[in-house]
Amino acid sequence: MSGLAWLTQLLEVLAALALAPLFLGWVNQCRAWLQNRSAPSLLLPYRGIRKLFHKDAVIAEQASPLFRAAPYVVFGAMVAAAAIIPSMGTGLPFTTAADAIALVGLLAVARVFMSLAAMDIGTAFGTLGARREMMVGFLAEPALLMVIFVASLISATTALPLIAERLATQAPAIYPSLAFTAVAFTMVLLAENARIPVDNPATHLELTMIHEAMLLEYSARHLALMEWAAALKLFNYACIGFALFVPWGASTGGSGPAALLLSLPVLALKLFVAGLWLALLETVSAKLRVFRAPEFLATAFMLAVLGLLVHLLLGA
Amino acid sequence: MPLDLQLLNTCAALLLLVSFAMLSQRRIVTLVNLLALQGALLCVATLLLAWRTGKGHLYVSAVLTLSLKVVLLPWLLHRLIRRLEVYWDTEPLLNVPGTMLVGLVTVVFAFGLAQPISELASTATRNAIGIAVAVILLAFITMITRRKAMSQVVGFLSMENGLFFGAMSATYGMPMIVELGVALDVLVAMLVLGVFFFQIREQFDSLDLHHLESLKEDQ
Repeated sequence: MSGLAWLTQLLEVLAALALAPLFLGWVNQCRAWLQNRSAPSLLLPYRGIRKLFHKDAVIAEQASPLFRAAPYVVFGAMVAAAAIIPSMGTGLPFTTAADAIALVGLLAVARVFMSLAAMDIGTAFGTLGARREMMVGFLAEPALLMVIFVASLISATTALPLIAERLATQAPAIYPSLAFTAVAFTMVLLAENARIPVDNPATHLELTMIHEAMLLEYSARHLALMEWAAALKLFNYACIGFALFVPWGASTGGSGPAALLLSLPVLALKLFVAGLWLALLETVSAKLRVFRAPEFLATAFMLAVLGLLVHLLLGA
Repeated sequence: MPLDLQLLNTCAALLLLVSFAMLSQRRIVTLVNLLALQGALLCVATLLLAWRTGKGHLYVSAVLTLSLKVVLLPWLLHRLIRRLEVYWDTEPLLNVPGTMLVGLVTVVFAFGLAQPISELASTATRNAIGIAVAVILLAFITMITRRKAMSQVVGFLSMENGLFFGAMSATYGMPMIVELGVALDVLVAMLVLGVFFFQIREQFDSLDLHHLESLKEDQ
């Protein structure tokens, strides 16, 4: 494995760590503009994380070691996921170690630990949030797998960097199956990242919240890690979307350091557009009742399976 | 794959998607709009096929589809909805995720069913026969899971769209005389059913078809 590949790998993880809060800030800013509010600073997520790292942690008396370990596990899983996803280059050394199915597993590990930690203290809100998170998760995961399977069938591999590389280099063609799965993926992204039709990221202490309910007992550095992990999760999902549906512009490994340098502005541009799009989607849709969330995710699953069937029948 | 065939495949895939949307739709007004959309997609597919094969009668059937299935029938249905004041369907017999899962299984079944037919056909669009069969079966489910007469008629018209698409992809369209006959039949059926709607409502004060299941008045 060449030095450039390792450099790409390192740069990718660093870029994910550095850009994830910025992307979250950008989405929040766009949302504020679209909703006619004065926008918060782009750097607000960084400031929030820094502030939390400087505080002293308060932990409930009955908390088990799992409660302390969960933020590190969740954060670690998200960083590992960022290492597998080809956001800047596709010639990654980790390609052989983990494919897209392992990536879905990593995301599931983060979800399980987060839910266990939320139930650990035994407060009503934590348990409620954990249960809802698991409900959303178990419906979103098959849909995400189906989305990945369609791209895998088209490119004949389950390794995400190879999928991105083959989709980017093949002759341009219209893929209705990929269009269906793109819609399904967007719905899964919204549900998994606690965005508006399923959960509202801006709400605290309401009976409808899912993600925030699980973090209520955390403070200081633990909370900072959890929030950073949430930003990383959104960033990771956006990058999975880029790898599957707009794979152009990532360095393919064989083209030298110039392509690697060029891939960073391309990634920034993709994130810029994705942030705007996400904010627009969240602004035009209303929050669903919790019991309507299965219907929303069943639609995502249906679209993904439909994409799979259409691909198998039409070969497109 | 040439571009026009890719576009045809996209149309076929979108037809299937619209069928699913109709299956999960609760509002009758949206259901009629989806039917018009399905007709429009069918018209585009017919035009693409006519351009690809150079068969003149397909242009005629595209114009027929446009005037009948995109303009006239949806307009008639919208007028009926306004006159009868039925904007909402009742809850379908099965919940929406359940209906969609049944729909997915049906699509798999339809694709399997169409496999031998596709192998016999010699057209470039033979792969789309599976989609046509799926559209027909999904329209069947739409009719089965609804109680109101209006949505059943929309399901019936959607089934006719599926049959038309099937004929198109298997044999590049039926003979002109058959197509004209079917178009006339659909139009007449629509008009007769429109009269029936008023009769049913006059008799039972509702368009719910379970009233028709009992034969005698005293039951």
